[in-house]
Amino acid sequence: MIAVVDYDTGNLRSVADALHRAGAEFTLTADPALLRRADRVILPGVGEASSAMSKLRERGLDTVIPSLTQPVLGICIGMQLMCLGSEEGGVGCMGIFPTQVLRLPKVTEADERLKVPHVGWDTISGLRTPLFDGMAEDTYVYYVHSFAAEPCEATVATTCYGVPFSAALSRGNFFGTQFHPEKSGSAGARILHNFLNL
Amino acid sequence: MLAKRIIPCLDIRDGQTVKGINFVGLKQVGDPVELGAKYAAEGADELVYLDISASEEGRRTFTELVSRIAARIDIPFTVGGGISSVDDAGRLLDAGADKITLNSAAVANPALIDAIAAKYGSQFVVAAIDARTVDGRWVVTTHGGKRPTDRELFAWAREAADRGAGEILFTSMDHDGTKNGYPCDTFARLSELPVPIIASGGAGTVDHIADVLTLGRADAALAASIFHYNEIPIPVLKRALNERNINVRL
Repeated sequence: MIAVVDYDTGNLRSVADALHRAGAEFTLTADPALLRRADRVILPGVGEASSAMSKLRERGLDTVIPSLTQPVLGICIGMQLMCLGSEEGGVGCMGIFPTQVLRLPKVTEADERLKVPHVGWDTISGLRTPLFDGMAEDTYVYYVHSFAAEPCEATVATTCYGVPFSAALSRGNFFGTQFHPEKSGSAGARILHNFLNL
Repeated sequence: MLAKRIIPCLDIRDGQTVKGINFVGLKQVGDPVELGAKYAAEGADELVYLDISASEEGRRTFTELVSRIAARIDIPFTVGGGISSVDDAGRLLDAGADKITLNSAAVANPALIDAIAAKYGSQFVVAAIDARTVDGRWVVTTHGGKRPTDRELFAWAREAADRGAGEILFTSMDHDGTKNGYPCDTFARLSELPVPIIASGGAGTVDHIADVLTLGRADAALAASIFHYNEIPIPVLKRALNERNINVRL
């Protein structure tokens, strides 16, 4: 059984739909006992980092999640909450990945203007398995975000938008993607499949 | 590198896909979920579904349709048409929509943009703007292009972005359905805004789309009939754009 963490941060629907399409059984829950028992845990999230972090704390999940031993996947804000902290709302996060989440720059180093949020399909490179098993460099995935994690030793995929940032992170049993695999067509389905079959 | 997006638009009335010429003379072109799935498989980057139902029952049918789309489609999709409250937006979010478009209701009540963006985030709100030229000036229109307003395109687009719209979808009512191309100068001016611009209305050839993505500096091109009638299949369009050195997801 897969547990999708339900902590009232907007829409879990798209992750649930993607798991349905993958033929996976799952439950939406914030119950620590169910999370500990699950084979896989997915931490989704949409919205603002500091309020999302408060919602994890209110449920005591900020200490439960880092103690999990099965594979855990954070998506978008879910991944950001697994970093040391976020510039969005100046909030301390769970500290699973040794990196900070910063606002994307509005201009490049060459002083070209960048639109923020970073919306649409962009490429991932420097792919390290197992999340990207069987995938080619420069595969396109779907992004919608204004904040991103700095590259670090846990970075297992990189995208460049003005600056390089962590497209995906991995440390021990913890994984995270800044992009939305549930909205990334066949590439995203492959990544979810890889996670579900770790 | 961020790709330029190609977005088929499906107009929905009473649960079925239709496409009109200048919004009149509507003609049915297929089942919305199947058509969307086909476009997604062919390489569409996003889908837009616009509800043009006039009745309450048509609206309910549309919400059910949004749930079926969300269950089936694995790329982002935007829905619009008749959204006039935070509750309407929330209902569509719950049904699985990734974004909504606000059009006439935002013109009548601009604070609606702020309210929906505050509750669900800017990434959820696309300001759809229809305008036509009157004496050389772009006048914003509402109700499917039928009603001119006292708003000017560029001022309204900036205000919408300032209020929290995450993207602007602009349709020239002078060009929509004509297949004579997009007004690229106008798009180039809109592209000065800090949010992505989606170009809509007027695509007839690959060159038109290439032009609006380069000369017009649009982030995405939206079209309907060229896809619905298979005049330019999406894989053909994307390969042709790629050959013109436009960055697209192949």
